[in-house]
Amino acid sequence: MIIEHQNVFKIAAHHRFQWEEAQQSHVILFPEGMVKLNASAGEVLSLVDGKNSIDYIVTLLKEKFKDVESIEKDILSMIQFALDKAWIEKVI
Amino acid sequence: MALQNNGVEASVTHTQPLWLLAEITYRCPLHCAFCYNPTDYDKHTQNELSTDQWINVLRDARKLGALQLGISGGEPLLRDDIEEIAIEAKNLGYYSNLITSGVGLTEKRIQAFKDGGLDHIQLSMHDITEEISNFVTNTKTFELKKKVAAMIKSHGYPMVLNVVIHRYNIGHIKEILEMAEALGADYVELANTQYYGWSLVNRNQLMPTKEQIDNAEKVTNKFREKMGNKMKIFFVVPDYFSERPKKCMNGWGEVFMIVTANGDVLPCHSARVIPNIEFPNVREKGLMWAWQDSPAFNRYRGDSWMKEPCRTCPEKEKDLGGCRCQAFLLSGDAESADPVCSLSPHHHLIEKAIEDAKNPILKEQPIIFRNDKNSKKIISGEVKDRIKDYHATP
Repeated sequence: MIIEHQNVFKIAAHHRFQWEEAQQSHVILFPEGMVKLNASAGEVLSLVDGKNSIDYIVTLLKEKFKDVESIEKDILSMIQFALDKAWIEKVI
Repeated sequence: MALQNNGVEASVTHTQPLWLLAEITYRCPLHCAFCYNPTDYDKHTQNELSTDQWINVLRDARKLGALQLGISGGEPLLRDDIEEIAIEAKNLGYYSNLITSGVGLTEKRIQAFKDGGLDHIQLSMHDITEEISNFVTNTKTFELKKKVAAMIKSHGYPMVLNVVIHRYNIGHIKEILEMAEALGADYVELANTQYYGWSLVNRNQLMPTKEQIDNAEKVTNKFREKMGNKMKIFFVVPDYFSERPKKCMNGWGEVFMIVTANGDVLPCHSARVIPNIEFPNVREKGLMWAWQDSPAFNRYRGDSWMKEPCRTCPEKEKDLGGCRCQAFLLSGDAESADPVCSLSPHHHLIEKAIEDAKNPILKEQPIIFRNDKNSKKIISGEVKDRIKDYHATP
């Protein structure tokens, strides 16, 4: 699937995304497994809420991390990765 | 290393338990020949933790970092407080899983689980044939399991099926996977029998041949290709048939914590078979002490306990010498290399078991089903002959 800027994604059914105080990181939980996310993946996925478009997420993070080069590419590849892993699913 | 205020070196562990398995009761309406539960479980059926004690366990483990919760047994649904425990799990932020045979799951209870926030239910299935399913569980539960599967699906739960694989169903892998597909399974775990507890006692009956394992894996891979992301299929090659031992539990006291029906705190399901270790109990000291400071949890952390050939093995970090329980059960020494490892001086025991699987003695050694009567017999030493080769039981 090719990700378009107007697409909206949400955390996939039967998956839960949450902040873990003990791990100091975001995690994704699902039957039989869990993944501890690094800071940037956590940052991106916390904006994947079934409402924000990809365009909006990119704009927001570009604003927040002005110094980071090629951030758009990183965000899109993170979204693609999460989609391939079936952590997120398309709403629109 | 930091010193505690009593001057003793603080715990060597920096790990956190991520998984908490609550073996909430050892009572069970099924009598599966391959159950990994302790063969002397009958000792632990009269002194189960109370609801409040379980809730405290959940709270304390969460503070330590646990986030995946398995509610298991025995059959957890034999207790009537699972709903209450599931609500607490939800409030604490666990991802919670009820591991069940399906017996005792009613519309009313599943609705309560859904409302309370239980995240998923893992149902055990045994075969596509009623005959083998009923035989290996020593019950008539085949039809009921199919009904429960439909109930789980209709309540919007992910369908997670667990099928323990052994000699009697390994020829039906394709049909089992087709059944899983028809039931709408999202996850299927083809759990090759591991030989602990009852399954070790019945190893001669249960163990398939190498050819059967290889074939089952091929069939699974083909089916997986067909299903893609729609149905996730796990097939773990049983350790007897692999060259190197498994990194058991991902390391002793690394990520798993088990609390048993009577409150013992264990780093793995069968740890109590190892002699001369006193495992902590939640009735005495807290979970934090159990995880961080108890001698039992620190016993096999790191690698200073290792003997040769593990100690100087270039792969010691990779598998940590395999499984301590299996090492003890088969060799009599928990600190020796897991006999599954081809470098172990006891590896011939595994080779013999694989060889014997080609010509099993089935009639002479009938299955000892997991039930209270047989557990009592094993405790009293009545079936000694059957288990004399293992260091498994009293």
